[in-house]
Amino acid sequence: MYRYDDFDQTLVHQRVAEFRDQVGRRLSGALTEDEFKILRLMNGVYLQLHAYMLRIAIPYGTLSSEQMRMLAHVARRYDRGYGHFTTRQNIQFNWIKLEEMPDTLADLAGVKMHAMQTSGNCVRNITTDQWAGVAADEIEDPRIWAEVLRQYSTLHPEFSFLPRKFKIAISAAAHDRAAVAVHDIGLRMVRNSAGEVGFEVQVGGGLGRTPFIGKVIKPFLPKRDLLSYVEAVLRVYNQYGRRDNIYKARIKILVHELGAEKFGAEVEKEWATIKDSALALDPAVIADVAERFTYPDYERLEDNPPALARARQEDRAFAAWLDNSVSNHKQPGYAIVTLSLKPVGAPPGDATAEQMDAIADLADRYSFGEIRVGHEQNLVLPHVAQKELPELWQKLEAHGLATPNVGLVSDIIACPGLDYCSLANARSIPVAQELTQRFRDHKLASTIGRLHINISGCINACGHHHVGHIGILGVEKNGEEFYQITLGGRADEDARLGTLLGPAVRYGEVADVVEDVVAAYVELRKTPQELFIDTVKRIGIEPFKERVYAAR
Amino acid sequence: MQLVKSGRIVEDRYVRIADDAPIPDGVAVIVSDARFLANAGALLQRVEPVGVLWPNNRPIEALAPYLGRLALVALAFPGFRDGRAYSQARILRERYGFGGELRATGQVLRDQFLFLLRAGFDSFEVSKEGDAAAFVGSTRRFDVFYQPTGDGRATAFRRRLGRPPQAVPAGTRAHAL
Repeated sequence: MYRYDDFDQTLVHQRVAEFRDQVGRRLSGALTEDEFKILRLMNGVYLQLHAYMLRIAIPYGTLSSEQMRMLAHVARRYDRGYGHFTTRQNIQFNWIKLEEMPDTLADLAGVKMHAMQTSGNCVRNITTDQWAGVAADEIEDPRIWAEVLRQYSTLHPEFSFLPRKFKIAISAAAHDRAAVAVHDIGLRMVRNSAGEVGFEVQVGGGLGRTPFIGKVIKPFLPKRDLLSYVEAVLRVYNQYGRRDNIYKARIKILVHELGAEKFGAEVEKEWATIKDSALALDPAVIADVAERFTYPDYERLEDNPPALARARQEDRAFAAWLDNSVSNHKQPGYAIVTLSLKPVGAPPGDATAEQMDAIADLADRYSFGEIRVGHEQNLVLPHVAQKELPELWQKLEAHGLATPNVGLVSDIIACPGLDYCSLANARSIPVAQELTQRFRDHKLASTIGRLHINISGCINACGHHHVGHIGILGVEKNGEEFYQITLGGRADEDARLGTLLGPAVRYGEVADVVEDVVAAYVELRKTPQELFIDTVKRIGIEPFKERVYAAR
Repeated sequence: MQLVKSGRIVEDRYVRIADDAPIPDGVAVIVSDARFLANAGALLQRVEPVGVLWPNNRPIEALAPYLGRLALVALAFPGFRDGRAYSQARILRERYGFGGELRATGQVLRDQFLFLLRAGFDSFEVSKEGDAAAFVGSTRRFDVFYQPTGDGRATAFRRRLGRPPQAVPAGTRAHAL
């Protein structure tokens, strides 16, 4: 956990006071809706179809049990008893009254939480690997750098009115769980030939209506230069990013139009002038931030304790969950447990206030009071002793949090879609719900293996459909919902965009088409171990296309 | 429109001159970028102060040769969500050490004052009723700052280590109130 100090805490309180004043001026009419809109967006407040929505940051996806209980309180006191975890380590509440926003934020500030820059044309919440600090395959804990960037980007005087929103993600592990290639800046911690750890910098990745995979403009950036280099990127973008057309305003368009090489050269030129300024990171500053991250006082334990082996043999349901939802931890005798927020038939990423409270209690009991949020909209208990897994599983079961579908076909990423969002053209949640019904049989889902379905209700791509192994995009044709299906996308270290399968299909046909695609895969895979994504890569989409459209 | 300078509402001593109007003697003037660049030599010979209104889509680097003799640079916010001039301001102050008046013009609202001040602006053409009077209050809302800029405020990173503010770049002056 990162411990706020007085500086961090003071700033959050002062921001709440400022926002209270801004809301007051809006309610009194001193601010027009147009003026207020930009101010509220910079503090995470959207106007949705039915009400205002508040998006709260969960920096680098780390939550304490105390913070989780506060989210439960917000859900109960100000909303309708539930919240929605997003793909960018945020939580959204969909029914908060504008008049109550300042009090909601004041309550959150009490546990060091805020909604700063969770929307608006500024640097958004910095995201990272939900397993940061516990993953067996990481170079170092990327949250220290996410925190340095969080502070640097908070209320930045130069970059609060960028051409468009700006998202930064960091990964420090061999396997990229943070989808850095689809961010405006994607940072991968790497080791150079001299053995020093630094950053590979990608720019211009992003989804939306013009998706791009990020391009590397700096293969190795020393740690001391992280802020000056990011500032150079932002300064070039702030001055030259397009402002004439909102759909062409993201940095990816600038990078695409200039070419990555020319863009990189512009950044280098700017960087040369500020590289040795006050932005250069002093090791003492980094050490100070790093010291604020505390790690649990782990017990000395053995891997695979007898109690675990016994439980696995005795209970097949437990074994299924163990194989699916539990991952290796850095520390011997401990495990990382993923809590699926994708039960059959429910909206992906939603959690009720009761579940939040229960998770907070379980975190206290089994995970040193710590919880993580990942971009796949699931939660994680990051430090569970392996010997306690059977007991934890039973309690998770009781709260509907042990669906063993992590990474499987029913672990769907979906945006809120037309049920909530004023931008959407089509529903997302009911499509996800129908698919979880079709693949509810765990044996079937296990046979299919790892398969990510991502659903967006419009071209803005909040459901990351381009990088779903199966991507589903809702569009509108003559007032009717249609869905385009893509295959072969992925957001990991081999990131690529999916290929369109063929003409869009009607709402009622989506689940059938997905079933056909999956059935084709099961028949066409070389071995039961070949993943869906690998089969698509090997044979292309034609065989799937034939299968789906021959019958329609 | 009210002009705020050094935190107070003041009389504007500059007259803005249209491109086709003659330049009067005896008063401080602000001219457009085009007119300035076409007549820079003659304009900078004047006894009275000369300022230039620079658009936010023209590279600010073109002003560099003249900065030592320019009394004022006015930067433009055609809409308050168009933030290009923040970068121009910091480049003027922090890279070129511009020490004259740096004025924010256009849609300049209360909630931008602190950002503007931190970017190096020291005068503000304020259009909205009540905003000018609220200047001091709105720029004192925060006393924690995470970014080093030319305004010389100490960042939280440094204050945690008990260190004084970072050195302000040569030729720059601190613009904090």
